Amino acid sequence: MSPAVATAARADRALNEALLRYVLRLGDTSLVLGQRLGEWVGHAPTLEEDLGLANLALDLIGQARLLLTYAGEIEGRERDEDALAYLRDAPEFFNLALAEQPNGDFGCTIVRQWLLDAWQLEIYAGLQESTDSRLAAIAAKALKETRYHYRFSSGWLVRLGDGTAESHERVQRAVDQLWRFTSELFAPDEVDERMASAGIAPSLSTAEVRWSAHMDEDLRAATLKRPAAQPYPWHGKRGVHTEHLGYVLAEMQHLQRTYPGARW
Amino acid sequence: MYTQALDTHGKEPVAAAAGESAAHALRFQSRVDADEKIEPKDWMPDAYRQTLIRQISQHAHSEIVGMLPEGNWITRAPSLRRKAVLIAKVQDEGGHGMYLYSAAETLGVTRDQLFEQLLSGVAKYSSIFNYPTLTWADVGAIGWLVDGAAIMNQIPICRCSYGPYARAMVRICKEESFHQRQGFEIMLTLAQGTPAQRLMAQEALNRWWWPSIMMFGPSDGESKHTAQSMRWKIKRFSNDELRQKFIDVTVPQAHFLGLTIPDAQLRWDEATQHYIGGPIDWSEFNAVLKGNGPCNRERLQARRTAWEAGRWVREAASAHAAKSAARTTQAA
Repeated sequence: MSPAVATAARADRALNEALLRYVLRLGDTSLVLGQRLGEWVGHAPTLEEDLGLANLALDLIGQARLLLTYAGEIEGRERDEDALAYLRDAPEFFNLALAEQPNGDFGCTIVRQWLLDAWQLEIYAGLQESTDSRLAAIAAKALKETRYHYRFSSGWLVRLGDGTAESHERVQRAVDQLWRFTSELFAPDEVDERMASAGIAPSLSTAEVRWSAHMDEDLRAATLKRPAAQPYPWHGKRGVHTEHLGYVLAEMQHLQRTYPGARW
Repeated sequence: MYTQALDTHGKEPVAAAAGESAAHALRFQSRVDADEKIEPKDWMPDAYRQTLIRQISQHAHSEIVGMLPEGNWITRAPSLRRKAVLIAKVQDEGGHGMYLYSAAETLGVTRDQLFEQLLSGVAKYSSIFNYPTLTWADVGAIGWLVDGAAIMNQIPICRCSYGPYARAMVRICKEESFHQRQGFEIMLTLAQGTPAQRLMAQEALNRWWWPSIMMFGPSDGESKHTAQSMRWKIKRFSNDELRQKFIDVTVPQAHFLGLTIPDAQLRWDEATQHYIGGPIDWSEFNAVLKGNGPCNRERLQARRTAWEAGRWVREAASAHAAKSAARTTQAA
């Protein structure tokens, strides 16, 4: 192999690894968020919201399946969606730490959802133009779903913020508590930069401007205050999680771990 | 899913209460006899209305309480495909609850009133949901047996004399039939799986068989509302007829799965061309009905907790709607 070919092969491998990591981040974020929403089914404040939250969960699990299947193909080690979902431990998950935060009350779930819906809205919109045609196709499908999710979560944010004194106080507290996790959403690392420069993923700085505008507009309509940006030391997308993810996975993976090799 | 024993609660309905014109009553019955649909604004005997409210709301309550035992496995479903299918299924049950509450509302009650009856323990729901889902196989068994029994019960209701109920049932039956196949497919996968999975499937069948056949309600001799409900075409087959049909369909399915029906006396009867089982232990059925099943308290408590915990959310939605309306009026 000539030095030039070897360099090119190395570059390809590095790009492939970055792509794998990037797709896992997207897939794991959808999976963990969908798993959290699944905890709500049957326990929501009204029947309509039960159906709505189940719908969101279903879409997110669907996105996770497409993304993890693709990740398994990129990796080339014959791991399918279930091997990736059920047989990795927390440090090998790369979801945003916000997705794994507990449901809390309905207001807390809505705020978490709204922050991530608005993030997915920008990321999937950008990915539709991806040079990676598989990602572009998945994003096009997911974007349609995310528009609905965002309408649901921002609608509830406004209703709760502009509802009663109690609901206003509860939802403002949720915004204040979860805001620190947003610093991770648009902080690019080497994977994000490599994806953006290859034309595979959108630039996070452009996405952040648009996300931030959505935040301001919705918070204003909800009569809520935007907290100051807070640096946050943990980074789910690098596999550094909060204490919550371990429990999410213990529950989700229980059968696959107890009965190794069984088909379900 | 469906509610059993719809006709074991409440008072024996009377055909026409005093004051209702005999001519109205006659015309009503002749329309029912001619298989015409009765619609919300049509005249109907009060007892017919009350019977339907009770039956439809019990059915609706069963759907939403029924979300709980299966919802119990959403976070632990063993593959992403199973998880997605289960979420969709439980969501369907909630949707069935919604159509049914809407159908009941056409009879002059509100969903909140009906909810109140459920939460206060006045209204009943199907006892089957007072049993626990202990392993993943229970999710399969519920789909296969409980939804299978539900279909037997519900197909005839698609031809019920009350239009809104009959139409709601058409859609519900299509979805239930899909659920039943999904449940059977879970059981088939387990039955063809490892020894531990086969054992899991057999134990689930052991747990769910008797409660499932009790879903059809007491034997015809014991069931007090059957005759009037049949005249009104709210009900078209007796509890025992439907139960027999279910047993005849289900036993060969268990054989196909290589599982054993937990009834030592079960046999094929050549003369009647039916499977004949051993006697049903109605004392268990009655105990569960009276609130002493394994999960009666937990199910009702879960519904109450969700309702209480959601109160501030519902109040916020109303307050915001009122503020928005006031702002619109002010702007106009």
